[in-house]
Amino acid sequence: MENEQRWELRLYVAGQTPKSILALKNITRYCEENLEGRYSIEVIDLLKTPQLAEGDQIIAIPTLIRKVPVPIRKIIGDLSNEEKVLVGLNIRPLQPKNTP
Amino acid sequence: MQPTPSLAKVSTGVEGLDEVTGGGFPQGRPILICGSAGCGKTLFGIQFLVKGILEQNEPGVFVSFEETAADLTNNVASLGFDLDKLTAEGKLRIDHVQIERSEIEETGDYDLEGLFIRLNYAIDAIGAKRVVLDTLESLFSGMENEGLLRAEIRRLFRWLKDKGVTTIITGERGVNTLTRQGLEEFVSDCVILLDFRVVEQIATRRLRIVKYRGSTHGTNEYPFLIDENGVSVIPITSLKLDYISSSEIISTGLKPLDGLFKKGGFYEGGSTLITGTAGTAKTILAGYFALGGCLRNERVLVFSFEEAPDQTIRNLLTIGIDVRPYIEAGLLLIHASRPTLFGLEMHLLVVNKLLRGFKPKTVIVDPISSLVSVGSAVEVKAMLVRLIDTLKTRKINALFTCLLSGFDSGPDNSTIEAVSSLADNWLAVQNELVAGKRQRSLLVVKSRGLEHHNDAVNFTITATGINFAASSIPTPSNSMHGK
Repeated sequence: MENEQRWELRLYVAGQTPKSILALKNITRYCEENLEGRYSIEVIDLLKTPQLAEGDQIIAIPTLIRKVPVPIRKIIGDLSNEEKVLVGLNIRPLQPKNTP
Repeated sequence: MQPTPSLAKVSTGVEGLDEVTGGGFPQGRPILICGSAGCGKTLFGIQFLVKGILEQNEPGVFVSFEETAADLTNNVASLGFDLDKLTAEGKLRIDHVQIERSEIEETGDYDLEGLFIRLNYAIDAIGAKRVVLDTLESLFSGMENEGLLRAEIRRLFRWLKDKGVTTIITGERGVNTLTRQGLEEFVSDCVILLDFRVVEQIATRRLRIVKYRGSTHGTNEYPFLIDENGVSVIPITSLKLDYISSSEIISTGLKPLDGLFKKGGFYEGGSTLITGTAGTAKTILAGYFALGGCLRNERVLVFSFEEAPDQTIRNLLTIGIDVRPYIEAGLLLIHASRPTLFGLEMHLLVVNKLLRGFKPKTVIVDPISSLVSVGSAVEVKAMLVRLIDTLKTRKINALFTCLLSGFDSGPDNSTIEAVSSLADNWLAVQNELVAGKRQRSLLVVKSRGLEHHNDAVNFTITATGINFAASSIPTPSNSMHGK
């Protein structure tokens, strides 16, 4: 059942800053490892589309938003803590990691 | 530090506050307004923007960290601020920044660039010159990384300065600090503290300028009022003794009384005190003074603390003074209210508002002694000083009556002491029993810069008004006495 669930993520960045690049790299990796084929990541650069910041209540950069499944979750930061990101997005790892 | 004379300022939009701040807020700088919950911070911000739009044609952005745009709009609608209309006209933008800690997870490094971008977008979209951040400190309840927030807030203030927008930042009062998160350390230009106090069941809002770099400002606490027109501040204590004294003479409204002064009346723009016990014709003399103003075709404002306007009118009619035509013509306004209706500050504000609205040339307060029931003698004195100063600055002819307690006991001096030294003219009226008959008399106790009759003058009150006893009408050789 859960395997049918798709994940729609949105990453808000402001230009190609190291933090933003790192965040995108991190979330892509987590998704590849845990949600292969069942996810999409939309990257929104607020420097190009600042009007989008208000709608999703963006304050911090980078901000990752889980649009689907609901409810909406937000994670701010460069997403360097994998466990926190997975818990925050409520993604259960498919297989246990090598290190406990 | 030498104050910079060239510091550009913008109007605060709050009546009276421009005077207190010596011209307004520093242009293009952040201003911190702090105070406890419910003290009016948000309203100051809204009014700053709305008046900026309406009076200075400066568009504004309101960033609300607490209320939604709809709530804000509803809350200020009763003050006549139509935020929807201003928004539709492209003059105002309200951005509600919602921070739900339960929704937000933090991992790794981040910054507040999103907020900067939002703000920048909102400012540029309408060409805003004014910004309000209400209440920025809410960020601290929504995010964990305090150190980062501080650094970013510091960057935000710098950025706002560079952007050239005048920004009001509101902050909730902390326990030992002006704001909970110590925002005052970031805002070095202008800090204003609001306070809401209830003393003996009478509530007063006060404002104090904690600092204002590069500008002189009043240092006192200034009462302010929130009413149907928004916020207004009483700037009276900032006044100096530098008003221009007129040498024009005006009539007291009563011919024989004019005769007691060599020049035939009082100086224009002076203040006069009439003291006496109950039933000594203080209000009647005040009535003549009002009539005198009306006859000069000048507006007269009467504050009546004891009688309803109708009663005053009726009573004056019984001695042949008919003020009704002047009321109809809009020359005379009788404002009656119970002294205990609200605190002294409120009375003062009401006076101020009427002065601005009605623009009287003559103001009568009947009687000032009633105010003692609202505040202590010290407070009443402070209020009267400010009232008299205000009237003098506006070159308004002022007349106060003051009731002395007791028939022949010693007067309760507190109010008299307070006013008599401030008043330019002091008339004492008295009733005495002489062989079982009431003997009314009037004495010019003092009259600054006017030669006046030296002795008490007897008078009677008849259906045609006050008559001075023939024997006491001064002749040129009669005792005149300079002062």
